[in-house]
Amino acid sequence: MPADFIAALSNIAQPTNFLIMAIGVGFGIIVGALPGLTATMAMALLVPFTFTMDAVPALMTLGGIYVGAIYGGCIAAILVNTPGTPSAIATTFDGFPLTKKGKAEHALVTAAFSSAVGGVIGAVVLLLLSPPLASIALKFGPPEYFWLSIFGLTIIATLASGSMLKGLIGGGIGLLLSQIGIAPLGGEMRFTFGLYQLQAGLSLIVVLIGFFCIPEVLSMIEKKFSQHDSINYKPQKGIAKGIISDLIKKPILLLRSAVIGAFVGIVPGAGGNIAGLVSYNEAVRWSKKPKEFGKGNIDGVAASEAANNAEVGGSLVPLMTLGIPGAAPAAILLGALMLQGMRPGPELYINYGDITYTFLFSLIVANIVMGVMAFYGARHVAKLINLPVSYLAPMVVFMTVIGSYAIRNNITDVIIMILFGLVGYVTKKAGFHPGPIVLGLILGPIAENGLVQSMLMGKSAGSMFEVFFTRPLSIILIILCLVSAGWPLISNLRNKTPDKEADANA
Amino acid sequence: MKKVKVFASILSLLLMVGVFAGCAQNGEEGKDEFNYPTKTIKYVVPFNPGGQSDLEARRQQKPLEEKLGVNVVIENKPGGGGAVGWSELVRKDPDGYYLTGMNIPHIILQPLARENAGYETDQVNPVALFQGTPIGLAVQPDSPYNTLDEFIEAAKAKPGQIIVGGSGTYSGHHITLMQLQDKTGAEFQYVPSQGAAPSLQSFLGGHVDALLANSNDLVQQEENMKILAIGSKERFESLPDVKTFMEQDIDMTASIDRGVAVPPETDKRIIEKLEKAFLEIAKDEEIRAQMKEEGFLPLAMGAEESKQYINEMKDKYSAILEKVQAEAK
Repeated sequence: MPADFIAALSNIAQPTNFLIMAIGVGFGIIVGALPGLTATMAMALLVPFTFTMDAVPALMTLGGIYVGAIYGGCIAAILVNTPGTPSAIATTFDGFPLTKKGKAEHALVTAAFSSAVGGVIGAVVLLLLSPPLASIALKFGPPEYFWLSIFGLTIIATLASGSMLKGLIGGGIGLLLSQIGIAPLGGEMRFTFGLYQLQAGLSLIVVLIGFFCIPEVLSMIEKKFSQHDSINYKPQKGIAKGIISDLIKKPILLLRSAVIGAFVGIVPGAGGNIAGLVSYNEAVRWSKKPKEFGKGNIDGVAASEAANNAEVGGSLVPLMTLGIPGAAPAAILLGALMLQGMRPGPELYINYGDITYTFLFSLIVANIVMGVMAFYGARHVAKLINLPVSYLAPMVVFMTVIGSYAIRNNITDVIIMILFGLVGYVTKKAGFHPGPIVLGLILGPIAENGLVQSMLMGKSAGSMFEVFFTRPLSIILIILCLVSAGWPLISNLRNKTPDKEADANA
Repeated sequence: MKKVKVFASILSLLLMVGVFAGCAQNGEEGKDEFNYPTKTIKYVVPFNPGGQSDLEARRQQKPLEEKLGVNVVIENKPGGGGAVGWSELVRKDPDGYYLTGMNIPHIILQPLARENAGYETDQVNPVALFQGTPIGLAVQPDSPYNTLDEFIEAAKAKPGQIIVGGSGTYSGHHITLMQLQDKTGAEFQYVPSQGAAPSLQSFLGGHVDALLANSNDLVQQEENMKILAIGSKERFESLPDVKTFMEQDIDMTASIDRGVAVPPETDKRIIEKLEKAFLEIAKDEEIRAQMKEEGFLPLAMGAEESKQYINEMKDKYSAILEKVQAEAK
């Protein structure tokens, strides 16, 4: 193995390999920043070209694109309140309010630093802990997925920001929307109104673009005509230094977020979006000032970004050790590995140790390259929002149309995006936060699958109770659900005194 | 040499961006009066990127461009287990510039099982079939059952208590289990997952007793399972020790096959031209060797042969579904 390590390091240090990986990272950042264009898509485009490449540069480039694209998603999230990739949903919650306050660079630097730290931690976890983690991932069966999604739904309390009732209604709407299309287990069509285009269900990204982006563009225009209060950004010196020294003082926040991200990543099927949301929720829960979240707290951006980049490493754990792609981009990597004649699993480490370790180390390097690029790019990217609304608004709208078409090459998706944009605008005026709705849409299918599969298992075993309530991991998840749902009560009791002190200080 | 390769890759990356932006490029003028193809051909994959259909199309892309002399652009149009893509296909102009990958039994089962799948099987106009994926049955490595016979007997002794995982409802895996139940009288509990990867995961985690899986997954995971039977007609080359269902006195085959189709009413000469290109690629020794290595069965069926095969399969599957639905009532 040490020989493989040395071979790996010298492979990465080769200028051409390093260069092509860095190009991959840059390409990934750009694709990730454009809403609707995903890491998966960027990587799929490249696969035919890996035929002609050697295994090492091929895998390094694909890994670089993956890392870059997941980071890139935060750019649109911060600047125009639209997650460039679903992984960046939670980044919008505090990222965009920061931009509104003229602090776009603060948010971007936070994202760059946290993404790099999270990404490196995720890659180290992948490098060192893959086999034991993969066996945990396998313990996740249908009942565990069901309870995991219920746990996810308890996050609504945090996302509701203000009105719990509106949060719950939003979550319910999201769950209902997730039912559109072919029933995952029964096979019949639901809520398609006879339109064949709807049998595929709603694409999460299309809904995200409509829901988050269009209302923002509309209010951008609204503001231009009503008052002279547009968002702007003035470059200042020393922002980056301040942010980074601030973040370094919060190692627990970054570490916790990265661990959550990596862990969610190893559970196949739960992606960066869930990683970001869960980590954001925990950041709020453990913060001394939970009320500041959602209004432009850099901790919110840090939590989400550290988690979604850590998820990249996690999602590769089941792929590298078991041959199961845990996320869509991992599926592309599986294809690329097979094209090189490498079979994922233990064989990968034994027979192709040098290539495999090169790839794993290169992920760490890619994260650092990404961090540096993002860091130096932050100021220039932040200037984009200084464009006059008359340029910015049509540009963003153009991007939303292209993006929602590109995701499945389907014109129906553009219409759906616009419809959701209008709905989002109205619900936002009515005080609904888009978070719970999107959460319902993400978790609905996971919950439904888990529930029905568990019931089928229970039918066969003759006991539903046994399937749902006696499995050890399920019990842990049920306890987490109860704690999470009961937390507002607990924190009320716990925080009574500190709150008073804070008030007194103010 | 390595450097040249890397630079070639960078160059091709840039070229790819050009193609992606939609720069259509006219091919050479044909010599005969029938002039096809002369512009970019769109090759739609009705599944997500990274899946087998997608990878196969991307493997074919370059040789197709060489053989047809025009650009071939791959586009993913996933949804409804392929149904969204085939619904679009049957509504497109039959000018030969719009192809869509097709999967059997998907194109047959969806219109049979759903009221409004958006297309009929007969409308999907086959050009060629190039890849077969026999479906096999596997049990846990520590399972008490060592042969298909033992497994079937156990299921008969405790009906509905052995859990078999597979991908999806009314999928190739589901219909394979229906066939097995029909032929043997045994009764299993089917637990469908959303796709082959999640069902494999469920099996490796020990959440199901047995698994119906595609040959490539069986080849990849051979050491983590006991494979009891495979749905090929003859012994499957990549798993030489596994007996077929037929060898074990159960008269059935089961397979997922991939090919490519054009819209209905497409000119015969266009189909012939495409058929020739696809079959040449399918017969390429290097590509056949790659497929075998990955656990697939290379096929090379032309348009007529494919049509016939689809019709045979359609009769077979309708009979099974009708029987199951009648029993359910």
